[in-house]
Amino acid sequence: MNTNLSLLLLLAPFLGFLINIFFGKSLGKTVAGIIGTLTVAVSFAVSLYFFGQITASKEPIQIQLFDWIQISNFKVDFGFLLDQLSILWLLFVTGIGSLIHLYSISYMHDDEKMHTFFAYLNLFVFFMITLVIGSNLLVMFIGWEGVGLCSYLLIGFWYKNQEFNDAAKKAFIMNRIGDLGLLIGIFILGMLFNTLDFSTLKIGISGATDLNMYWLSAAAFALFIGACGKSAQIPLYTWLPDAMAGPTPVSALIHAATMVTAGIFMITRMNFLFDLTPDVQSIIAVVGAITALVAATIGLVQNDIKKVLAYSTVSQLGLMFLALGLGAYEVAVFHVITHAFFKACLFLGSGSVIHALGGEQDMRNMGGLKKAMPITFGTMLIASLAISGVPLFSGFFSKDEILLVAFHSNIPLWLIGSIASIMTAFYMFRLMFLTFFKEFRGTAEQKHHLHESPSLITLPLIVLAILATVGGLISLPGNSWLNEYLTPILPKLATAAHHLGTTEYILMAIAVVGGLIGIGLAYAKYIKQDSIPAEDAAITGFSKVLYNKYYVDEFYDAIIVKPINVLSGFFRDTIETSLSSLVFGLGKVTNEISFQGKKLQSGSIGLYLFAFVIGLCAIISYLFLAQ
Amino acid sequence: MNNILNQIGIENYIFLSVILFCIGVFGVLYRRNAIIVFMSIEIMLNAVSLLFVAFSTYHQDAEGQVFVFFSMAVAAAEVAVGLAILVSIFRNVGSITIDNLKNLKG
Repeated sequence: MNTNLSLLLLLAPFLGFLINIFFGKSLGKTVAGIIGTLTVAVSFAVSLYFFGQITASKEPIQIQLFDWIQISNFKVDFGFLLDQLSILWLLFVTGIGSLIHLYSISYMHDDEKMHTFFAYLNLFVFFMITLVIGSNLLVMFIGWEGVGLCSYLLIGFWYKNQEFNDAAKKAFIMNRIGDLGLLIGIFILGMLFNTLDFSTLKIGISGATDLNMYWLSAAAFALFIGACGKSAQIPLYTWLPDAMAGPTPVSALIHAATMVTAGIFMITRMNFLFDLTPDVQSIIAVVGAITALVAATIGLVQNDIKKVLAYSTVSQLGLMFLALGLGAYEVAVFHVITHAFFKACLFLGSGSVIHALGGEQDMRNMGGLKKAMPITFGTMLIASLAISGVPLFSGFFSKDEILLVAFHSNIPLWLIGSIASIMTAFYMFRLMFLTFFKEFRGTAEQKHHLHESPSLITLPLIVLAILATVGGLISLPGNSWLNEYLTPILPKLATAAHHLGTTEYILMAIAVVGGLIGIGLAYAKYIKQDSIPAEDAAITGFSKVLYNKYYVDEFYDAIIVKPINVLSGFFRDTIETSLSSLVFGLGKVTNEISFQGKKLQSGSIGLYLFAFVIGLCAIISYLFLAQ
Repeated sequence: MNNILNQIGIENYIFLSVILFCIGVFGVLYRRNAIIVFMSIEIMLNAVSLLFVAFSTYHQDAEGQVFVFFSMAVAAAEVAVGLAILVSIFRNVGSITIDNLKNLKG
C-alpha cells in the first residue's frame, strides 16, 4: 500500500511531464495546464495522506524498491524514506507547487510553448520529490541534479534572448561547483561507512566512538559546499539573482520556495553529522550571516522588482544557514516554511504586476497600482508585513526565533542578523511604496491597460497570503507544534527547554522595533520625500557599488573567468595546434604512401599472374632452402 | 597397375607432371586469351592430379586417388563458374583478351 502510494506520489508529476512533452502541443494550452496542475495536486493529496499517517504513528516509513549498487561490502538500495522531515518538505513542495501550476495556467497563457513550460515544471516537481524522499544520499543526489537541470531549462525558457541563456548557463555552472562538493562529501561518507543510507549513517555516526574527525569534518564541509551552491550562499550566490530571467512562476517555485531550500533540507537531514563537526557549523553560521547582510545591502538599491525579491531570497536563505550553523535545525526548517509562503506570494504578486504592465520590471516605471490591482496589493502587503517581521504574521515568529538562537550563542552574529532584518523591512516596503503608492510613472499606453489579474492568478495569491499570515501558528514560542513534530528527527529537541524569559521578550521587542524602523525609513524616503530611485547613470558613491552588486560578478570575471579563458586560449593555440599537426602529419604520410602504392595496381591481369608465379616460386625456393 | 608402374618407373611420372605443370604455368604467363589461360590452369591442375594418382599407386594407398576425385569435382564446378564469368565478360566487353580488361586499375 505504502509502496504503491509512494510511487504514485513520485510518478504522477513524471506522467504529467511525459504527457505534456509528447502530446502537449496537440492537447492545447489549457488542457496541458490542467494536466500539469492535476498531477501535482495528486502528489499533494498523497503527501497529505502520508502526513496524516505519520502524525498518528510517529514512525518513519521505509520503502525499499530494489538493490541498486552492490560492490563487495558497499551497498546502495533504491528506496524512499518518508519521515517527518521529508513529509513536511513534500507538503509545501507539492502544495505550493500546485498553487503555482494553477497560477501559470493564466500567467503563461500567451506563450506559444506553454505545454513545454508545464512539462518542465512537472519534471521539476518529480525531481524535487525524488530529492526529498530518497532514502540515501545517492537517490537524493539524483533529485539534486535533476532540479538543477530543470532550473537551467526554465531559466533559459525564453531561449531566444541571449542574456537569458547566459543566466541559465551561469546557474548551471555555479551549481556544478556546489554539486562537486556534494559528490566529494558523498564519496567520503561512502568510504568511511560503506553505506549511504540515512538511517544506517545516523547509527554509524552517532554510535561509533573511534571516528576519524578529520575525514568527518572534510565530509561535512564538502556537503556544505554543495548546499552553498544550491541554496545560493557566498561565494556561490551570484546565479540566483540572474536566475530571475526565467518566467515569474519559476522564480516563485524554484528560486524562492523549493529548490533553493534543498541545501537546508540536506543539512537538516545530515544533522547528526554536522552536530559532530562544530568547526564546520561555525563556518556555516558565519557564511549564513554574511550572506544575509551582503544580499540585504544589495537589495536596498535594486530597481528591478524581481531582483529585489531575489536578493531578499538570498538574504533569507542566509538567515536560515545562520540558524543551521548554530545547530537550530528546527528553526531553520520553520523559516523555510514561512519563507516559502510569503516569498512565493511576493513573487507571484510581482508576476501579477509585471503581467498587468506588459512585461515592465523596473520599479521606477511603476507606482500607484494600489487602486488598479487591489487584490495583488493586499496580498503582497500581507506578505511584506510577514517578511518584515511584523508581529502576528508568520515571518515574525520564524525570524524572531533565528535571532533568539543567535543571541544566545553569539552576539555579533545576532547583530548582523538584526541589521539584515531591518534592511529587509526597508527594501520590502521600498518595493511596496514604489510599486503601489503615489502616481503611476509608466507610459500612457501601459496606464490604459492597467487591470487586476484574472482569478486564476489572484486565487493562489490569496491562499498564499492566508498561509503567510497564519503560518506562524505551527511553531509558537513556548508551545511549538513543529518542534514536537520534528523530535524524532532532531533528538536534541526533546531535552531542550523552551521557556520565555525577560530576555526573550526584550529581544522580540527589539526585532519588532527594528522592523518598524525599516518600514518607517522607507515611508519617510519614498512617501514623505516622494523620491524615486535615480537613473542608472546618476547613481554615485557607495550606492553605485551596491547597485552594481559589489562588483562581485566583475571580480569573479577577473580572477576566474579571464584566467581560464587565457589558459584555454593557450591550450588552443599551442597544445591543440601541435597535437593536431602531429596527427595531420601522420595522415599525410599515410596518404602519400598509399598514393604511390596504388600505382602497383595497374589492372593488367598478365602482370598480376606474373607476380603471382614469381611469388610462388620465391616461397617454394625459400621453403626448400630453409630446410 | 603395379606392373605398368614398374615398367615405366615413378620418376618418369614425376617428370611428366612437372613438364605438364610448367606448360600450364607458361601458358598462363604468355597467352592473352582468357580461355587459353583457363585451359592452362586446368593443365596445371591435371599435372598435380596425375602426380597424386602415381604416388597413390606407388605407396599402395588409395587416399591420393580419393583426393583426386574430390579435386576433379571441385574443378568441374570451378570451370562452370569460370566459363560463366567469361561469357558474361564477353557479352559486356566484346573481347576476352586479358590485356583489355583493365577496369580495376587503381
